Amino acid sequence: MNHLPQAWGRPRDDIYGAYDHSYLPQTHANTHPTTHTQSPVVTGTSVLGLKFKDGVVLAADNLASYGSLARFTDVKRLKPFNRKAVVGFGGDVSDMQYLDRLLNSLDVQENYSGAATTEEDDGEAPAATADGEGGEDKHKAILDAKNLHTYLSKVLYKRRSDFNPLWNAILVAGLTTPPPPAPSTSTSSPKDTTTSKPTGPAPSRKPIPYLAYADLLGTTYSSPTLATGFGAHLAVPIMRRAVPDEAAAAKLSREEAVEIVKKCMKVLFYRDARSMNEYSLCVIDGKGVDLQENIKLEGESWAFAEGIKGYGTQTV
Amino acid sequence: MPGFDFSNHNRNLALHAKGVPLPKATSTGTTIVGCLYDGGVVIAADTRATSGPIVADKNCEKLHYISPQIWCAGAGTAADTEFTTALISSNLELHALSTGRKPRVVTVMTMLKQHLFRYQGHIGAYLVVAGCDPTGAHLFTVHAHGSTDKLPYVTMGSGSLAAMSVFETQWKRDMTREAAVALCADAIQAGIFNDLGSGSNVDVCVITPEKTQLMRNFITPNVREKKKRDYKFQRGTTAWLDERVVKREEIRKYVSVEEVPVEGSGAPVVGERMEVDQ
Amino acid sequence: MAAFTSYVSSAGQPSYSFPQQQSAPSHASRAPIQHSFYPYTDNGGSTLGISGDNFTIIAGDTRSTSGYNINTRYEPKLFRIGGEGSEHKGSKIVLSVVGFAADGHALKERLDTVVKMYRYQHGKEMSVNACAQRLSHILYNKRFFPYYVQAILGGVDEEGRGALYSYDPVGSYEREFCRAAGAGASLIMPFLDNQVNLKNQYEPAAPQGLEKPQLVPQPLQRAATEELVRDAFTSAVERHIEVGDGLQMMIITKDGIEEVFSPLKMD
Repeated sequence: MNHLPQAWGRPRDDIYGAYDHSYLPQTHANTHPTTHTQSPVVTGTSVLGLKFKDGVVLAADNLASYGSLARFTDVKRLKPFNRKAVVGFGGDVSDMQYLDRLLNSLDVQENYSGAATTEEDDGEAPAATADGEGGEDKHKAILDAKNLHTYLSKVLYKRRSDFNPLWNAILVAGLTTPPPPAPSTSTSSPKDTTTSKPTGPAPSRKPIPYLAYADLLGTTYSSPTLATGFGAHLAVPIMRRAVPDEAAAAKLSREEAVEIVKKCMKVLFYRDARSMNEYSLCVIDGKGVDLQENIKLEGESWAFAEGIKGYGTQTV
Repeated sequence: MPGFDFSNHNRNLALHAKGVPLPKATSTGTTIVGCLYDGGVVIAADTRATSGPIVADKNCEKLHYISPQIWCAGAGTAADTEFTTALISSNLELHALSTGRKPRVVTVMTMLKQHLFRYQGHIGAYLVVAGCDPTGAHLFTVHAHGSTDKLPYVTMGSGSLAAMSVFETQWKRDMTREAAVALCADAIQAGIFNDLGSGSNVDVCVITPEKTQLMRNFITPNVREKKKRDYKFQRGTTAWLDERVVKREEIRKYVSVEEVPVEGSGAPVVGERMEVDQ
Repeated sequence: MAAFTSYVSSAGQPSYSFPQQQSAPSHASRAPIQHSFYPYTDNGGSTLGISGDNFTIIAGDTRSTSGYNINTRYEPKLFRIGGEGSEHKGSKIVLSVVGFAADGHALKERLDTVVKMYRYQHGKEMSVNACAQRLSHILYNKRFFPYYVQAILGGVDEEGRGALYSYDPVGSYEREFCRAAGAGASLIMPFLDNQVNLKNQYEPAAPQGLEKPQLVPQPLQRAATEELVRDAFTSAVERHIEVGDGLQMMIITKDGIEEVFSPLKMD
């Protein structure tokens, strides 16, 4: 008699032949658990973001590393979504390309679907034109940077909850239209709580700069200065010195902002071993997206190297 | 004469009575920097000591004395930086005495790296060594495993990247003393405000061939605001079950007491006043 | 015969369509699969809540951290729950979450949806105690993959008294008068025990001994409570590296929610 109780009443392979697993779905045939990416492979390093008076500056270098090998030197990591939003990717490059495909299909969907309503909902067009023509800024309501950030952070959080993370740290930069009553950090009167709806169409509101972070865990936060990866250690202190808070960002000009970000890219090239001296820089403001993808690092200084002899007692 | 010499005991008591402070312990999580300039060298440090996420000391001293013209900024394990610098300081004094010359910074650096290498990184001392000697002004870093580096500007500790970002954007060749001090203070402040392991105040030490100037609490950008409420308890709030009064005269039965009068006042000496006493 | 033996394993036993115990370890492919991905992180920060006679104060610092880095100096940990639209107009419930911020956001979104659906379906506001129990259930629903958060829920109950509920990550909850949570909790909670619940304080005038009566906690006044909250946070900032930057306070009364922001030390 067979001493394996679980075998009782079951067909024996030596009589009926081995079980044909090919009829089962893949996951069942496979005796080991489904595996997912557990670590990134080809990676991009820091992405920097800085808010200014009427927009946001975003930058990332064009390198994709394979471990410590500088493998691909012409990989663009800033992906414009539309005229209001750009995404900068750090981390795994294949996951970046997957998200890029996802965003492209989202954009196509958005443009085809009737969900996009009139420009009034866009918030920035003159309230007068309900239909008919406006200026050259005649667009349907589109997903703005805040919407896109919400979408991406939910995708990332879902994937981490499935233990199948998208190994990225991303910055979403662009413009968003603020909600009707300006969100204030100071005292808001308790009278706010009485339900009084503003009558008639809301007055047209000016889009404001938006910059936010999201990563593989679904962690999100926003700040006038942001950086992923090594940039969080090296670039953020530089940017925070120039722009300590939102008030300072609201005074900063586009030129000053670009200047600061370029300075940070230089420091990152000096000190981040996974960086390179060619990068992409993007400015998103009311006029749209201005993306430059092949900027060369300029004016490096190696003055400190002069006169250094050895690491200790050497003098010649 | 064989045996121990306790003659310094009375001197120490007298010094203490004069208000000379006792050395204090430091801990991990730090920003320390150093920078060479035209006529000397500057080192600086923050003053936060942590154990895990808790601030152990809000105003500790991380600039250690090696010799009058050689000072050391320490990051890493508090006891290790403290004892390593003290040991090397002591040995250096003996070395200077036996050679009859002013000690050199390279000597300190070599003694430190040889000591630390022997312990294969188990002594967690990360140091910035700076000083002036007959061969000029020098600046080194020494890592716990024994490796050293010689650079015109250096940073160490958990805030080293924040501090380095300041040096990499603002450092210039041949700076003045004022510019070097300001740059080092700026670098420390970058650490204080961007690195959670660093905080509180900025200590600076400027060493020139002529003299050393230690500027304790050079900048204090993190003064605590006044508390909103008063937390003084009314007498009798604390309950007790037993009461025994020990008279001042009887106290000698329990402990040995020695009273040292403070110069100019009749008050007995207490240890260094703590913040809470004020 | 050859066909027969081919189905017999090397141990000389017949094989079956399910894995057998003894052969299991011999398969190289069944070596344990290492999961290096850890789905949680700690974003630091601290929160606290105190309830009074006719109000509840919930407060939290606005610093978000990862490791020794400050992610941002302003990321609120306090959320209005319910009310109208994305602005939560008319809301009278506040949720504070500290721990893993992404889980905190997910939790807040779920509770907010529930409270809004309740009003949509029943035509009345959800009471705080109902909301509190619902939150407990939401947390326990993820018992084996928990929301890594310590939550505090505040509002005013149906009698108009301040209501405060505190939670552990898997949904155990309790109504309390005061609670501190997060990084600075072990620093703030003893202070609150002493100052709000008057622990370790006895009637000063009464004679010493076992009979000496404890001081009885009195309902706190709002202004005094706000000062207490501020002192608790400035003290936590002094001694905990993950607490700082800004203090956000929400005061819930029968008239609604009042929000106050004040800066904290940034080192």
